[in-house]
Amino acid sequence: MTTRDIRAAILDVLSDVAPEIERDKIDPRVDLREQLDLDSMDFLNFVLGLHKAFGVDIPEADYRKIGTLEGCVAYLATKARPIGAPSAAA
Amino acid sequence: MTQFVMPKLGADMTRGKLVEWCKKPGEHIKRGEIIAVIETDKANVDTESFVDGVFERVLVEPHDEWLPVGTPLAVIHVDGEVPGEAAPGPAPVPPPAVAVPAAAAPSSSAPPAVSAAAVEAALARLRISPAARKHALELGIDPAQLVGTGPGGRITLEDVEHAAAGPVPAAAEVPDKAQRMRDAIAATMSLSKREIPHYYLSTTISLAKALAWLEKRNADRAITERLLPGVLLLKATALALRSVPELNGFWRNGRAEPSRSIHVGVAISLRGGGLVAPAVHDADQCDLDELMRRLQDLTRRARAGSLKSSEMTDPTITVTSLGDRGVDAVYGIVYPPQLALVGFGKVVERPWIVDGRVAAQPVVYATLSGDHRATDGHRGALLLDAIDRLLQEPEKL
Repeated sequence: MTTRDIRAAILDVLSDVAPEIERDKIDPRVDLREQLDLDSMDFLNFVLGLHKAFGVDIPEADYRKIGTLEGCVAYLATKARPIGAPSAAA
Repeated sequence: MTQFVMPKLGADMTRGKLVEWCKKPGEHIKRGEIIAVIETDKANVDTESFVDGVFERVLVEPHDEWLPVGTPLAVIHVDGEVPGEAAPGPAPVPPPAVAVPAAAAPSSSAPPAVSAAAVEAALARLRISPAARKHALELGIDPAQLVGTGPGGRITLEDVEHAAAGPVPAAAEVPDKAQRMRDAIAATMSLSKREIPHYYLSTTISLAKALAWLEKRNADRAITERLLPGVLLLKATALALRSVPELNGFWRNGRAEPSRSIHVGVAISLRGGGLVAPAVHDADQCDLDELMRRLQDLTRRARAGSLKSSEMTDPTITVTSLGDRGVDAVYGIVYPPQLALVGFGKVVERPWIVDGRVAAQPVVYATLSGDHRATDGHRGALLLDAIDRLLQEPEKL
């Protein structure tokens, strides 16, 4: 999975959680919760969506690492590689 | 015979659209089964039957038009009822398959006016004729919204009927969904602030123990089984209400009517604006996992605009929780005819004294907005106290 694929898959998950967002307008360095007005339930759904799309388990302690789009891509690039290949169909 | 009328699904509802019948004529329906889908300004509501009986005939076909609360929609033959003995419906001529003016409808058994109490309270202060007053109550119309055309601005029966037959919006001003949601909230909150003398209390609760316990518990669990801190706050509130039951229930007919069941309305903000506060039924009896599942399900359905009528009308108290974002404290407005609202701000780190020393701890500002007609601040304080105590022993929640 290239960084580009990961980014696209993350944006797909985000669009599920917050259908009205404009993908190109997301600032990769600004906190997603602030930027997209996600509440704790939305954020949990986002994490659940990433879990399904990438087949990775994201412990609560790592939530702060996936707070921004940039952070999220970096985190999944390292985490998703071993498991990512077989289950990355989504 | 009883009529299924356009129900009043919350204090803010004056009209609804019939979207779909979920039963066919001749079919048996049980109390609590979905009879129809009704569109309100806030959601498409799966509306449950109030009675056991046979769905006899349809009076109104689904169509894209607002019908006032109280409009007869169908006839149900209630189980065990001897024909011709029960409450008289309108004349048994085949009714037109279009909107029946609500004014012609003595709505019989299905209770239209869930918030009759709120409406009734408003009536006491208004100049309104007794007949108009009675009729407004039947139709669940807030008379304070009416303009009186009688002598000295008195509200007459005609004014009520006029309001019931309307809203006949000019074709130009059909407000969009977001605007209708805003209007509905405006009407309810205005009614609340007009009628309910609020008192407000606040306290700071340490969440150090609760969050440490939660973190440990979630660490062992798959993402799908993790709990949000809000679930602990919800459960603590529900349990605390057992010890201060007079804050749980409704204000009706000039009296507080505490409810034995604890159905907590959870304020859910909708993406795109507005909010709804549907009930988690018997929240005090749910374990935390069950509560989390219900909260997820309610949030999903609230945002998809698909709730059940009992979820709209049953809350005996409302909890609003800001979660991990927002501001320190929220002072809510009581949702009529409820008696109180509990608010939780976002969880923040603050200096806290532990064993005589200052330590940084996560805390939450908890507030209570209470109806002073029903309770005094002293009782309200006991509720916040009980919530605090319960949150110090999270393993028992």
